[in-house]
Amino acid sequence: MTMTQGTFSYLPDLTDEEIALQIRYALGNGWAISVESTSDPRPRNNYWDMWGLPMFDMRDPAGALEEINACRAAYPDRYIRVSAYDARYGRQTTALSFLVHRPL
Amino acid sequence: MVQRWSAGVLQYAEMGYWQPDYEPKPTDVLAAFRVTPQPGVPPEEAGAAVAGESSTATWTVVWTDRLTAYDHYQGKCYRIEPVPGNPDQYIAYIAYDLDLFEEGSIANMSSSIIGNVFGFKALKALRLEDLRIPPHYAKTFQGPAHGIVMEREYLNKFGRPLLGATVKPKLGLSARNYGRVVYEALRGGLDFTKDDENINSQPFMRWRDRFLHCMEAVNKAQDETHEVKGHYLNVTAATMEDMYERADFAREIGSIIVMIDLTVGYTAIQSMAKWARRNGVLLHLHRAGHSTYTRQKSHGVSFRVIAKWMRLAGVDHIHAGTVVGKLEGDPLTVSGYYETLRCATADPDPRRGLYFEQDWVSTPGVMPVASGGIHAGQMHQLLDHLGEDVILQFGGGTIGHPLGIAAGATANRVALEAMVKARNEGRDIATEGPDILRAAAKRSRELDMALSTWGDVSFTYDSTDTPDLVVTPS
Repeated sequence: MTMTQGTFSYLPDLTDEEIALQIRYALGNGWAISVESTSDPRPRNNYWDMWGLPMFDMRDPAGALEEINACRAAYPDRYIRVSAYDARYGRQTTALSFLVHRPL
Repeated sequence: MVQRWSAGVLQYAEMGYWQPDYEPKPTDVLAAFRVTPQPGVPPEEAGAAVAGESSTATWTVVWTDRLTAYDHYQGKCYRIEPVPGNPDQYIAYIAYDLDLFEEGSIANMSSSIIGNVFGFKALKALRLEDLRIPPHYAKTFQGPAHGIVMEREYLNKFGRPLLGATVKPKLGLSARNYGRVVYEALRGGLDFTKDDENINSQPFMRWRDRFLHCMEAVNKAQDETHEVKGHYLNVTAATMEDMYERADFAREIGSIIVMIDLTVGYTAIQSMAKWARRNGVLLHLHRAGHSTYTRQKSHGVSFRVIAKWMRLAGVDHIHAGTVVGKLEGDPLTVSGYYETLRCATADPDPRRGLYFEQDWVSTPGVMPVASGGIHAGQMHQLLDHLGEDVILQFGGGTIGHPLGIAAGATANRVALEAMVKARNEGRDIATEGPDILRAAAKRSRELDMALSTWGDVSFTYDSTDTPDLVVTPS
């Protein structure tokens, strides 16, 4: 069966345009984008490999998309997810997390 | 003053329980009561009687009061307001000193505030509408064993409501058949399945058999989807010892969540909340029985008080209404319950039935559960009314799907994800919702069938419990 972690796994894979819209939403909420990848998507594997640090200062969806594409080029055979982090007091947790790449 | 201590009966208002000049202290517990006095009883006397009977008073003067700093311990009715459009009813505001309550005990707080006074003859009816719990008192309670943030991190599920279903039929299935429903619903896309409130350990299915089959189903669905899944194993039982035995077994076989019913009582709930935190297991509460005292507006206890008590008591989930489903729930009133369960601080908002401010002083939020007569065709309304931190439970709306249980689950998940995606993209889901669902259904046969089966079902009846402190357009 398909691995269905992430907010949008029951929809057709998101296009880059659709990914950019979700990132725009996250940035509009003041959340930081991060990119992670793994070849081991067990339900209890929380700690995927970080593609650099969370992009706390990145305010442009296109910039985030560049990182996603760089990660895809480096790890075409891995799962890649984008997460949006909400650092506000009372949350301090991930606010949105969805797959942007499945192993080719 | 001489008269105050003469043996015999005095008006409560004359005994110090009516104090219109009293300024509530930040440490006071405040209560708002809806009072319907008997004919001839002045509202101030009725309010004073409630303050008296819920604190130090008895029906007559007792000299032993004079052995105490009695004015410290007296409940004080400090304000009384007529209810607009209802000449028989008043809202009485009462302040209680913190010393009246035992630290960290819902049983004590509820015995104090609602213990005796509701049968008082001078009142036709009485309802506890809301409480303000001061931080000094709130901090003596454990609060949710995990709370919304921890639960999401534990489940690795973010940015969307969670999905659940109660196994149906709720009575009669064997453990093996019951587990089949769990497996199909979880592999189809739900995050949780659930025992119903009255599934405990009956002749047709004993608890241990159910637990084992449900966990086989959970584990199999997890392996297939790579998602964390759970089934609320109801550990409600006759004794605390039985509940601990069942909860311990649930943990041993790897369940991430157990469930109890409100009928087990406040003390048992607090015990299970401590167990849940100690064992790293989520705690779901079904509000079984609450409508017997929460629904009628003139008498009983508002659900927002129960919600507050249960957040303090320490549950992680509680059923709190759907707005659009088959059970009672005016939209503004329900939004007040959700605020009470989830917010960090709340301001008074009479429009939503919130009488007081409330500072939760970093007590985690409780995940509200919307359950009862909801289906995929209402997804836009559910997301719009209830927001993201909520569990949407589609029992009939999953299991009754014409293509089977897994298809029912997939339909709900597709509808949910499509709606969240559209909302994030900036679309107005309240008005465009039906279009968004139809578009998603073009790419999902499961959702298409769900919409054609239930698309038109709605439950439009007038609500019983509606806010009336301010006139709102209906």
